[in-house]
Amino acid sequence: MIMEDTFAKTEIHKPENIVYKKTDLMVDRPLSYCPGCGHGTAHRMLMEVIEEMNIQDKTIGVSPVGCSVLAYDFLNIDMLGAAHGRAPALATAIKRMWPNHFVFTYQGDGDLAAIGTAETIHACNRGENITIIFINNGIYGMTGGQMAPTTLPGMRSSTSPYGRDVATMGHPLKITELVAHLPGVYYVTRQAVHTPNHVRKTKKALRKAFELQKENKGLSFIEIVSNCNSGWKMTPVQSNKWMEDNMFPFYQLGDIKVDGKLVEKKEIAGKE
Amino acid sequence: MGELKLMKGNEAVAEAAIRAGCDGYFGYPITPQSEVMEYLMAEKPFERTGMVVLQAESEVAAINMLYGGAGTGKMVMTSSSSPGISLMQEGISYMAGAELPALIVNIVRGGPGLGTIQPSQADYFQAVKGGGHGDYKLLVLAPASVQEMCDHVKLGFDKAYQYRTPVMILSDGAIGQMMEKVVLFDQIPRRTDEEVIAQCPWASNGRPQTRNHNIITSLDLDPAGQERVNLKLQAKYKLMEQHEVLYEEIQCEDAEYLFVAFGLSARICQKAIDLARAKGIKVGLFRPITLFPFPVTEVSNVGNRVKGILVVEMNAGQMIEDVKLSVGCKVKIEHFGRFGGIIPSPDEVVRALEQKIIGG
Ligand SMILES: Cc1ncc(C[n+]2csc(CCOP(=O)(O)OP(=O)(O)O)c2C)c(N)n1
Repeated sequence: MIMEDTFAKTEIHKPENIVYKKTDLMVDRPLSYCPGCGHGTAHRMLMEVIEEMNIQDKTIGVSPVGCSVLAYDFLNIDMLGAAHGRAPALATAIKRMWPNHFVFTYQGDGDLAAIGTAETIHACNRGENITIIFINNGIYGMTGGQMAPTTLPGMRSSTSPYGRDVATMGHPLKITELVAHLPGVYYVTRQAVHTPNHVRKTKKALRKAFELQKENKGLSFIEIVSNCNSGWKMTPVQSNKWMEDNMFPFYQLGDIKVDGKLVEKKEIAGKE
Repeated sequence: MGELKLMKGNEAVAEAAIRAGCDGYFGYPITPQSEVMEYLMAEKPFERTGMVVLQAESEVAAINMLYGGAGTGKMVMTSSSSPGISLMQEGISYMAGAELPALIVNIVRGGPGLGTIQPSQADYFQAVKGGGHGDYKLLVLAPASVQEMCDHVKLGFDKAYQYRTPVMILSDGAIGQMMEKVVLFDQIPRRTDEEVIAQCPWASNGRPQTRNHNIITSLDLDPAGQERVNLKLQAKYKLMEQHEVLYEEIQCEDAEYLFVAFGLSARICQKAIDLARAKGIKVGLFRPITLFPFPVTEVSNVGNRVKGILVVEMNAGQMIEDVKLSVGCKVKIEHFGRFGGIIPSPDEVVRALEQKIIGG
């Protein structure tokens, strides 16, 4: 029996029999994310793109403070872990001094749109030739589910236990639409990773962003609307449904700026 | 001999950075140090050597640009003055934790708060005792002339790379603004990317097939791991204490009394020595050049030969704590300070010596 099992395994592992394989750019270790979370899928799409473009030796990534603080343990490329919110500042300096390298940041909504707002806006406004990957889960996942700048009106979190009251807590910040208006920003899109179809689109967007970086076109900004089943206190399936019903109407998926030009509003609405 | 020029201290810092082969300067304007970036922008080092100069949106961004650049092995620096340096503290702590080489210049002004734009030495504690969170130290250099402003830039970069640590030049608004003759060292070529990669095998600048990925971080969630990081840092600071102490003794051989002062205060004490000696008071000066590592043994050796010590600082009494810890309690040690941007005159320093030490 043991012999047979071993034989079956080696047979499957033959190159001609392999139909799907995890990219070598994902380190062989269990992810630290909650089961059901979108971070892992976003990581993998990012690494598949880097691998397909064969630019791993020329790519430098910057991870944030947030659930993806340990992204550098999973992504098998050179990485720097930034202080909370400062990834775009790091990426700015890195790209300026390694202009032929590919530089990206990977940030959550608290990191990018609250504590790091200034760094985000100014890196975008300078038109740094980098790629910003923005995971918007509407909550502070890592610190235990507090209100984020992107938390929806009425949405409960541990610091808005009765729901976000916009009169006293402010409105959710659509920072992606905001940066799209800056002339230094070349490509802005909003995607998701909860279904195979969305995953494919996200991967295409990532590929486009890195191709644009190669052409020195300016900053690419990719928002991925994602779930946080733990923070939202739901099952993974419930959280994805909730995301579709509540997050997507507010954070509409689709391209926001392409080739340096804003996409017409009605087109955005028609996209999904 | 190198090129002789008449320059402001701030300009000397900027020119020295270009000549030291610095790869990137990132800063935010603040008086009394804005000439550093102004000089760089006018001088266009991007054309002279390929050095990047970028005006950041804040000191927070500037220090994190340093973190990014240094994490790839590039030679980077910033300069600011007290309020801006306060804003940088989180980033400096991260750099100490991630063991990143970089140079930070603080042209100190009077505080607290927005304070004044006049010179001060009130940031001694912040610079020497850590400043940000966690157990870390910076190697701190205290120039007392425009010449040293220039020389300490090169020295600072050398030590930053030797120890993989952020280095701070702690100067003040007077030395930053005053003009003096300075002999500039010759241009050192910037390292090529290949040289950077070879010199900094730890840096994150693109993973070749031949090695594992590099990670620049100050995070270790495992307490045992984080304790190891701390022990490693402490061992490094020990080495600095053994090998990097710099100081100057002026007229200490026959001294019965001693001034201990750094930076601008030491310059004033030199004049005070002349005035005191004209009156027959045999006083000398001990000037720490590295504030961390502090010249513990050296100041103790001189200090224990004299009848009394006056520590002169443009603050309410900060370095005096290190002097007392070094010299011990057998010798009388007093402090004289002016603060809030006031520079003491040599006369008042001599008067303080007479009242607090000789007569007191
Ligand atoms: C200066 C500073 N303030 C606060 C924190 C605590 N903190 C860590 S992660 C985080 C929020 C992260 O939320 P988000 O960016 O949305 O990412 P997520 O965890 O949801 O992926 C906070 C507030 C910190 N590490 N540093």
